[in-house]
Amino acid sequence: MAASLAVLLLAILGAISGSRVAFGFAAAVFVAGGLSWRFVGRRFGSWGYAEREDDLLVRRGVMFARLSVVPYGRMQFIDVTAGPLERAFGLASVRLHTAAAATDARIPGLTREEAARLRDRLAELGEAQAAGL
Amino acid sequence: MSAERPEGWQRLHPLSPVVRGGRATIAIAILLLPVVFGADRLSNATPQLVITAVLVLAGVISWLVTRWRIEDDDLRIETGLLRRQSLRFPLAQVQAIDVVRPGLARLFRVAELRLRMAGASGGTARLAYVAEHEVEPLRAQLLALARGARVDEGAPAPAAEQQVAATEEQTLATTATGPLIASIVLESWWLIAILTALIVGFAVSPATGVRISVGGGFIWAISLATILWRRFNQQYRLTLAEGPDGLHLHGGLVALTAEVIRPGRVQAVRLVQPWLWRPLGWCRVEVDVAGRQRRKGEGEAQRGQLRTLLPVAKRTLGLELVDRLVPDRPRELSPPPRRVMWKTPFRYRALSWGRSETCIATTSGRLRRVASWVPLEKVQSLRHVQGPVQRRLRLASVHVDTAGKAVHATLRDREEAEAAGVLAELTDLARAARSKPALA
Repeated sequence: MAASLAVLLLAILGAISGSRVAFGFAAAVFVAGGLSWRFVGRRFGSWGYAEREDDLLVRRGVMFARLSVVPYGRMQFIDVTAGPLERAFGLASVRLHTAAAATDARIPGLTREEAARLRDRLAELGEAQAAGL
Repeated sequence: MSAERPEGWQRLHPLSPVVRGGRATIAIAILLLPVVFGADRLSNATPQLVITAVLVLAGVISWLVTRWRIEDDDLRIETGLLRRQSLRFPLAQVQAIDVVRPGLARLFRVAELRLRMAGASGGTARLAYVAEHEVEPLRAQLLALARGARVDEGAPAPAAEQQVAATEEQTLATTATGPLIASIVLESWWLIAILTALIVGFAVSPATGVRISVGGGFIWAISLATILWRRFNQQYRLTLAEGPDGLHLHGGLVALTAEVIRPGRVQAVRLVQPWLWRPLGWCRVEVDVAGRQRRKGEGEAQRGQLRTLLPVAKRTLGLELVDRLVPDRPRELSPPPRRVMWKTPFRYRALSWGRSETCIATTSGRLRRVASWVPLEKVQSLRHVQGPVQRRLRLASVHVDTAGKAVHATLRDREEAEAAGVLAELTDLARAARSKPALA
């Protein structure tokens, strides 16, 4: 997302400076952006999570649809991160880690309050159900 | 140094810096040879002497500032002169304790103790080096403490009985040298082919050879030879024995290793049959022990892929060992639907999966057949994945994530409906397996 914005900015700058190549590039980026808007929408729609009694479900992906089941008892730690762009929009991502490196449970684009709530809730549940290795 | 040193702090062996220097030590020795034997005037050798003095000083200081002791249930190591580090390793989290003896260490009769800790963030505690005669008692003591700590945590296990039987050890298998060489040749024949081609090329026409060497061929040859050698060195006469405190592994040609894998720490088991081994009916059995993931800057041995229990053996023997590790392994495996042929024609025939009440089994591989077993209580998380090709064919995969490093149990390319059902079913089974009190 941030990368595409940067490319867009470059293209606009190029177009303003008047070079023909840059203008063509800018036009191409606009067309591509328009097309990808649909995909962005679908991608956005594919993200989802559900708190169940014993585990957390995290869903993502359009082309590769993934659904992860992470038991609360297996969670080792929880990351809440907010990049510069996310901060600008008051968002944050929550990521769960288990002892397995392959576990891939990231929930992006939560509001900051929701992220904090989820983190506390998960930490609490994780503590209650913690299982050894 | 300091006058009031707390009781119980111990130093490592005085020769540690020499051994730890490894190749550097040898380099220094070579550097000093002309000084000792050459008739040169001493002033010519000043740079060499200065470098050596600095290195020796650094070694001595690093030895002086490093100390360790056992504190209740923790192993504490303090090290560093300018950047002082105090490390605390809870013994309850010890996964395995290895004894490693590189060539130089054997020469000086010292050995390194390596405690592998659990958890993705846990590291490896290294005591390098300890005198050879102290290593075994120390290891036994640490293992006993680790077990004691674990017993306190959970149910009071029959620790006393275990203590009595602690000395007994039953040998399960020893690797013969002939089959080991044959197996390495058969598995890494392409490495060997490249290596021979490089060597022959060099011998036939030195002129071309020089050109190849300039193009990095020399480095290639060395690294290929190193890979092969390391494998042989590690697996030479590898002996697997079963003791009361876990599986004992020892062996090695130049660098001797001995390690104990504690029961219940095995995250997954796999049986591998490389392509050219299959006609011979050979297999290799590896287990995955929880530990940290690979990081940059780790020593080679530490990065240790999986623990190979049986470097090469007949398939029946391998399966016997698997039975021992995974008592209730699923007998019936079901193949995926026929239309998987369209997606992975080569892998199709190798794919299957099955489960029992306590364990998941999967098989895969195109040329190299791999069968994996994961105990349900070790399952960390489950993932249901469907790619574009799979969607068209109405297939889906379920990945079973474990805390190990390399064993991947994946139910590849199943019917959509089956995969969804299996995901729910395995989630429930894994939860049930987790909540069951662990068998002591």
